[in-house]
Amino acid sequence: MEQAAEHGHVLPYRTLVRVWLVLLFLTAILVIASTVYHEALSVWAMLTLTPLKAGLVFFYFMHLKYEKPFLKSMVLITIATLIIFIGLTFLDILQR
Amino acid sequence: MSRPASHSHAVHKDYQGAKLGMWIFLFTELLLFGGLFILYSTYRAIYPHDFHAGGQHLNAVIGIINTVVLLTSSLTVAVALSAIQKGSRRLTLQCLGATIVLGILFLANKYVEWSEEIRRGIYPNGPELEKLPNGGKIFYGLYYAMTGLHGLHVLAGVAVLAVMLAFVWKNRVTTTDYVKLENAGLYWHLVDVIWIFLLPMLYLAA
Amino acid sequence: MTNPAVGAVPAAWGYLEQGKRKGIFGWLLSTDHKRIGVLYLATMMTFFSVAVLIGVLMRIEQLTLDPPLFPAQTYNAFFTLHGVIMIFLFVLPGLSAVFGNFFLPIMIGAEDVAFPRLNLASWYFFISGALLAVVALFTGNGPPDTGWTFYAPFSIRTGTNVTLGVFAAFILGFSSILTGLNFITTVHRMRAPGMHWHRMPLFVWSLYATAWIQVLATPILGITLLLVIAERLFGIGVFDPAKGGDPILYQHLFWIYSHPAVYIMIVPAMGAISEIIPTFAHRTIFGYRAIAYSSMAIAALGSLVWGHHMFTSGMADQANVIFSLLTFLVAVPSSIKVFNWTATLYKGSIELKPAMLYALTFIFLFAIGGLTGVIQGALNVNVHLHDTYWIVGHFHYVMFGGTGVGFLAALLYWFPKMFGKMYNQKMAIVAWFPIFVGFNMFYFTMLVLGYMGMPRRYFTHLPQYHEAHVISSIGAFIMAFGLLLFFGNLLVALWKGKKAGADPWGGVTLEWRTSSPPPMENFETLPEIHERPYVFNPEIAR
Repeated sequence: MEQAAEHGHVLPYRTLVRVWLVLLFLTAILVIASTVYHEALSVWAMLTLTPLKAGLVFFYFMHLKYEKPFLKSMVLITIATLIIFIGLTFLDILQR
Repeated sequence: MSRPASHSHAVHKDYQGAKLGMWIFLFTELLLFGGLFILYSTYRAIYPHDFHAGGQHLNAVIGIINTVVLLTSSLTVAVALSAIQKGSRRLTLQCLGATIVLGILFLANKYVEWSEEIRRGIYPNGPELEKLPNGGKIFYGLYYAMTGLHGLHVLAGVAVLAVMLAFVWKNRVTTTDYVKLENAGLYWHLVDVIWIFLLPMLYLAA
Repeated sequence: MTNPAVGAVPAAWGYLEQGKRKGIFGWLLSTDHKRIGVLYLATMMTFFSVAVLIGVLMRIEQLTLDPPLFPAQTYNAFFTLHGVIMIFLFVLPGLSAVFGNFFLPIMIGAEDVAFPRLNLASWYFFISGALLAVVALFTGNGPPDTGWTFYAPFSIRTGTNVTLGVFAAFILGFSSILTGLNFITTVHRMRAPGMHWHRMPLFVWSLYATAWIQVLATPILGITLLLVIAERLFGIGVFDPAKGGDPILYQHLFWIYSHPAVYIMIVPAMGAISEIIPTFAHRTIFGYRAIAYSSMAIAALGSLVWGHHMFTSGMADQANVIFSLLTFLVAVPSSIKVFNWTATLYKGSIELKPAMLYALTFIFLFAIGGLTGVIQGALNVNVHLHDTYWIVGHFHYVMFGGTGVGFLAALLYWFPKMFGKMYNQKMAIVAWFPIFVGFNMFYFTMLVLGYMGMPRRYFTHLPQYHEAHVISSIGAFIMAFGLLLFFGNLLVALWKGKKAGADPWGGVTLEWRTSSPPPMENFETLPEIHERPYVFNPEIAR
C-alpha cells in the first residue's frame, strides 16, 4: 500500500460561509413557522426544514458530498435503519 | 509475484480508513440518540397536547441562541479544516479556538437554562412537575435526558477540540497529516446535527 | 508453497513467543490481533465455566422439589446471572471476538486489523464490564433478580443492584461496538492485493455482516440501559406507568437490540461452519454468493422482527400480525445456508474429522432450534408457549446447539493453527457422545415441558412436571461431563500436544498457508491471491 498521504477535498471558505448563512436562514424560517399557530404548517415546516438543515451539515460541513458512494450509502442505511425502527414501533403505538 | 511481509512495527497511515472508522462511530452515535428519538416520537403521538404545552414552558430564546452558537461553531471548525489543508496554520488555530469558545458558551447557556427550570421546580419529582399531567412529566423527563446526553457530548467534543488545538500548536497535526482534526470536526458536526433536531422537538414544539 | 523471506529466521512458536514485551505484560498490553483473540478466549472460557456452574445449580434446584435447595430469591439471582454471563460475556462476543480477531486479518492477507490499539481497548471494555458485573453481585442489595432482560417497571422498582448490573452491560456494549467498527474498516481497507470481495472466505463475510449489526443495534441497548439507570436514580418517568410511561416501550427498545443480538451470536458460527464443511468434504462450497449474501440478508431482516418477543405483552393486533409475518420471512436466508451446506456435502469426499462431526451437529441442532422458532412465531401458538420452558428449549437449541456447538467446532478446526499443537482427535470424538446425548435429553425435554405448560423462571414446579425435570437435569449432568472431557482434552493438548503442521486438515484458505502458530506479522511471505476460495486440488488434499 502506498505510504503517500492522501488528501481530502478542500472546501473554499466562501462555500462554508454560504452554507452557514443558509442554515441560519432556514432556522429563522423554522422559528417563524412554529409561532404561527397553524399546526399542520409548523409540523410540515419542521419535518422538511430540519432534515434539510441536517443534510446541509452532512453534505458540506462533513464533506459527504465529496466522499465515495459507498460512504453515502452507509449513511443512508443508518438513517433508514432508524426510520424503520421508529416506523415499526409506531405500528404498535398508533393502534393502542 | 508475492510481496514480502513488512515488519510488524511499521505504522501505516490510512487516511481513508481513519475517516471511515470515525464515520462508523458517528453511526453509533446516531443510533444512540435515535433511541431517544424513538421514545420522543412515540410519546408525542400518545400525548400531543401535553408535549405542545411542555414546549411552551421552555425558554425558546435560549434554545434558538444555542442553535446559532452551534451552527456557527460548525462553521468555524469546518474553516479550521480547510485552513490546515491550505497550510494556514494561524487561521486553523484561531478557528479551533473560536469553536471551543462557542462550545463553552453553549454549555454555559445550558447551565443557565437548566438552573432556571430547576429553580422553577420543573425537574423529575420536582414540585411543579408533579402538578403537570403525565404527558408533561414524560416531556420533561425526555427533555432532561436528551439535552443532558447531548450536553455530555458537547463537553466531550470541547475536550477533543482542545486536544486538537494542542496538536496543531505542536505540529502533530499538519498540512499533510490532518485526519485527526478532520475526525474531530466530524464528531463536532454530528453534535450539531443532533441539536438541529432537538431544537424543533423540544423548543419549537409549542 | 511459500518461501521464507531471505534473512528472516522464523520463531518456532510464532506470535506466541514473539511479543514486543516479555511475560504477562506482553499479553496484557499487546495490540496484536492474535494475542487479543487468545485473551478473549481465555477470559470467555472462564466466564462460560462459571455460567455452566450456575446452570448446574439451577438444574439441582429443579431436582429438589420438597423442600427446594435454594430459596426463590436466590434462584431469581441464578437465572439472571446465568443469562447475563452467558449472553453478554460468552455468546455475544462469541466467535467474533475469538476467531474473528485471530483470523479475519489473516484470511484477507492483512497484518492486523485497521485499529489495533482500539482492538485492545475493546478487550479492556470487555473485562471492565465483566468486573463491574461481579461487583454488582456483592454490593448493594444483592445481585439483580430481574432476569437478563431487565423489564420495566420491575427493574425500576426492585431494590437489588440493577443500576450497577445494567451499567456493566452498558460498558460491555462498547466492546461489541468497537469490535464491529474495527472489522468493517478492516474488510474495506486492508484486503491484500487480489483479495476481491468475492474472493474472501465466507467466515469473513459473516463477520462483516455481524459487524454491521453490532454497530447499528448495540447503541439502542446502550441508551435503553442508560434510561433504566436514569429512571432508578432520577425517576424521569419514561418507563414508569405511574408517571405516564409505557413499559411496553421499554420492551420495544430492549428487543430492537436484543433480537438483532441473536444474529450477532449465530452468524459468525454459521460462517465457521461454511469454512469447515468444504474443507472436510474436499469440495468447493455450493452457492458461495448465496451464503455470503444470506448473511447480509439475515442482518437486515433480523432487525425487523423484534416484536415476536412481545406478542403477549399487549401490543396492537396488527403489529402482532406484521411481526409474525416478518418472523417467518427471516427463516428463509437461514435455510438457504442449510441447503447450501447440504449441497456441498453431496458427492463430496467426506472425512469425519472432529471439527466436521461437530459442524454437522451444528446443522442438526440449529435446524431444530430454528424450526421451533418458526413454530413459536405463529401468534396463536405463541399465546400458549410464551414464557414457558418451550422458549427456554428453543433458545438453547439455537444459542447453545447453534453458536455453542459452532464454537466447539471452530475450536477443533483452528486450535492447531492458533497454538501449533494437535489435540487427541479420538478424545474429541469420544466427548461428542455425552455432549450430544446429554444436550438433547436436557433441552428436548424442555420443549415438551413447555408444551405441557411449565412456566420459565420459576424456582419450583408442580408435581406433574417433576418427571420431565428429572430427565432434563440428568441430561444436563451428562452434557456437562462431556464438556469436561472436551475442554480437558484441549487443555492437555496445550501442554503436551504434538507440534502441528501448517495445514493438518487440507484447508485452502489463507490461514493454512502460514505456519502453525502464525508469526507475529501473520505471513513471512504473502501468497498470491488470484482465484476464488475453496478450490480443492486433489493433489493437495490428503
